Amino acid sequence: MNWLKPSWQAVLAIVLCVVAIALGAMSKPEAAALADPAVSINYPYLGTKGVMLGLAIVAALVSMIRIPSLAEAVVLFVGAHLVAWLLISGIAGFEGTALAPYFLLLTAAWLLGWRCVAVLSGLRPMASSARNALRLIIPAIFGAWILIIWEAVTRGAGIPFILLPPPSAIGVRIANSLPVLGADVRQTIFKAVIFGYVVGSGAGFITAILADRVPFLRRGLLPIGNMVSALPIIGVAPIMVMWFGFDWQSKAAVVIIMTFFPMLVNTVAGLAASGHMERDLMRTYASGYWPTLIKLRLPAAAPFTFNALKINSTLALIGAIVAEFFGTPVVGMGFRISTEVGRMNIDMVWAEIAVAALAGSVFYGVVALVERAVTFWHPSVRGG
Amino acid sequence: MTGISPAVVAASKLGLTFQTNDGPVQALSNVDLTIGKGEFVSFIGPSGCGKTTLLRVIADLEKPTSGTISVNGMTPEQAREKRAYGYVFQAAALFPWRTIERNVGLPLEIMGLSRAEQAERIKRTLDLVNLSGFEKKYPWQLSGGMQQRASIARALAFDADLLLMDEPFGALDEIVRDHLNEQLLELWGRTNKTICFVTHSIPEAVYLSTRIVVMSPRPGRVSDIIESTLPKERPLDIRETPEFLAIAARVRDGLRAGHSYDD
Amino acid sequence: MDSFRDKLIPVTSIVAGMVVLWYVMAVILNAPFQRDLDTRANETPGTVEFIGKTLAQPKPTLPAPHQVAVNFFENTFLRPITSSRSLVYNAWVTLSSTLLGFAFGTALGIIIAVGIVHVATLDRSLMPWIIASQTIPILAVAPMIIVVLAAIGITGLIPKAMISTYLSFFPVTVGMVKGLRSPEIMHLDLMHTYNASPSQTFWKLRVPASVPFLFTSMKVAVAASLVGAIVGELPTGAVAGIGAKLLAGAYYSQSIDIWSALVAGSIVAALLVMVVGIAGRLVDRAMGGRPA
Repeated sequence: MNWLKPSWQAVLAIVLCVVAIALGAMSKPEAAALADPAVSINYPYLGTKGVMLGLAIVAALVSMIRIPSLAEAVVLFVGAHLVAWLLISGIAGFEGTALAPYFLLLTAAWLLGWRCVAVLSGLRPMASSARNALRLIIPAIFGAWILIIWEAVTRGAGIPFILLPPPSAIGVRIANSLPVLGADVRQTIFKAVIFGYVVGSGAGFITAILADRVPFLRRGLLPIGNMVSALPIIGVAPIMVMWFGFDWQSKAAVVIIMTFFPMLVNTVAGLAASGHMERDLMRTYASGYWPTLIKLRLPAAAPFTFNALKINSTLALIGAIVAEFFGTPVVGMGFRISTEVGRMNIDMVWAEIAVAALAGSVFYGVVALVERAVTFWHPSVRGG
Repeated sequence: MTGISPAVVAASKLGLTFQTNDGPVQALSNVDLTIGKGEFVSFIGPSGCGKTTLLRVIADLEKPTSGTISVNGMTPEQAREKRAYGYVFQAAALFPWRTIERNVGLPLEIMGLSRAEQAERIKRTLDLVNLSGFEKKYPWQLSGGMQQRASIARALAFDADLLLMDEPFGALDEIVRDHLNEQLLELWGRTNKTICFVTHSIPEAVYLSTRIVVMSPRPGRVSDIIESTLPKERPLDIRETPEFLAIAARVRDGLRAGHSYDD
Repeated sequence: MDSFRDKLIPVTSIVAGMVVLWYVMAVILNAPFQRDLDTRANETPGTVEFIGKTLAQPKPTLPAPHQVAVNFFENTFLRPITSSRSLVYNAWVTLSSTLLGFAFGTALGIIIAVGIVHVATLDRSLMPWIIASQTIPILAVAPMIIVVLAAIGITGLIPKAMISTYLSFFPVTVGMVKGLRSPEIMHLDLMHTYNASPSQTFWKLRVPASVPFLFTSMKVAVAASLVGAIVGELPTGAVAGIGAKLLAGAYYSQSIDIWSALVAGSIVAALLVMVVGIAGRLVDRAMGGRPA
């Protein structure tokens, strides 16, 4: 048995395939066709049913032969995704008619995908480029399977569109609504978020330096800042809308308030972070407050400041979007989400959420890249 | 020496190569060593000479890549599963959320001893390291020396015959270290355990050991083994005797001979 | 206690300064509307009388602190707590979904963290998504969850609690993964030399080591959970809860109501974080933590 290395995922996948074959019809039309062979009924997987089941079983069997891990991963990857693709493309036109074998086959394919990820996780390549590639590929496969299962289940079970549209429909919606989405992004992100983020973080930073200069201020502001970070500040949104009107200015104001305190608290902590020895060294040079601040304490505080900038990137988006729930002109991401929800255009809501997620990741990513460039000396950046 | 008593540790042609990002590093190469029952063996050498690695191989914390090693006539893994040794780390490594007595009781809990048995052994081993009265204290309430004594008690609690100590007093100041060395010798005399002791202090090695294994780096190997001629009874001022100084000089020569001067 | 006294004076004086600033801003912000009113009524009040009037408008741009305090007091203590205008009632509505969501979120977070720490595949595939999802404005999905669940007949506490669950499980997962991985290598080696089983290592080493991390992340989670519950009350035209009070205040320009709802929300948040903090400190003390 030296040439065999069984895995529970592959074994279970084969069992599921066998059960699926035993149960017979994959969909209601197929069941009808089997029940009454005289009538010709068109049904899904006319020619591909055997291919899919065979492919899944063969991939599972091959994966259990003692072959190199990389080859095993490739076999599993191809098998799992081909089956999933055939499964999803085959159900088109027959949404909502899937029977148990459909879901068994989906589960079997998912198990093969899981096994593929497990095999890849076990790889320990020497080359760092291969390691980096693996770091991307593994979560990418995982994410792809969330989409595959989502797509296959919503289509196969015929989940009503207004509850949960399949990802492909959301993708189509994004592609068709680019101008609207673009206008929303311009209103919410390029006006409210960016302005609020810059002003709020900047004000927090300047206040932190002021608080550092005046110990009395620091002792008073720090506990307040720490407490405020736990409060539902988002609640000031209706007040800001009353003060600054429906347009982006009121949203920027909410963002300013939300980003101010994290920056204040983190930068004050960062300014206290430089070591006593280093500060004593600066004192032996008879260095004054400002030279010490610029040459020693601000660089030492940089990791803390960037931490606040990263926290704020998410907070700013949340603040601007939620503030729009309280009233906007007829454009903006939060406005779109709340009105399309009301009109039950759930695919548009998902499209807007996807754009918000993308914007959030890009925003965070840009801040993180700047951080890497500025604080390259910090252990958390050096030791990847 | 080894002919009289059965070997507790026997290594032959032992080698260990680590795969690192900068290529393979030979941590141990061709180590031949036999340690008999009741011996006190010190491993001394500059950093990177593999003395800690050797101890970790004995403890089955690292796997050798060549050669053979046995502990109590078994593989290190079997010996570990039989709980054949107690290990003392460079730091006390006490669990901060456990009192001293519960820290000492940790291995006993894991080995599934009865509560009564646990209590009895905790009391006995804490007596042994002079920590009676500190049962209910938490680690941070004790000095560094006392913490390290508690960690020795933890290693002694389950009555293993072999004690592996990896620079246990390295982080302590010299006065505390002298005191603990004296206590360790006394404990060794009373319990007749076999002790493997890693250090980088020549006086410590000479003062404690019946045998001193001198190691050198790149690749890590044994460059000299020195038998101590000192008597078993060793007051602290034995360190001023010519005999002591002569052994220390031999160790220093051994270190110098094996040391490559490129660092 | 020394540090407490060190902070007391600065904090109180800064709070006092903010109250004074608040009054000044209230006079300035409310003045134009008051002037408008006075011109229309053909009145020319003296300065003191004018300032008094700016601080006593029924729907001021910025209500004065005492107006908020009076409104808060009336709606908290003088109304029967079953009244829909009572802040206690509304705070309770929000609090109940917050707590339910927080409990589920914490449990879910711990389970996922245990999975991530013990299953390499999950660590490599799921963990990057957990980290990445922290950069996403998750709160944006709140209205959709509420409306979609309402469409299939689930309303009331559960949808709001689901948003809270969603918001609170991220910090707990991340914190617990860090906590369960926090034992030093030396401690893990020690357990190895005892030939301890994985479950012994888990219960005797990883779990106790993760407790401080758990409570730190729970403080973040409970605050996020409250925000989730409040935002969850916005889109339904909800009848009760702090979020509903905020929305109603915004519709009818009842600025004083908005402010006192905000005060109520802040008090609930502060209490929640305090309770978690105290629980954390008690557990820490019971585990022999060094007093700070």
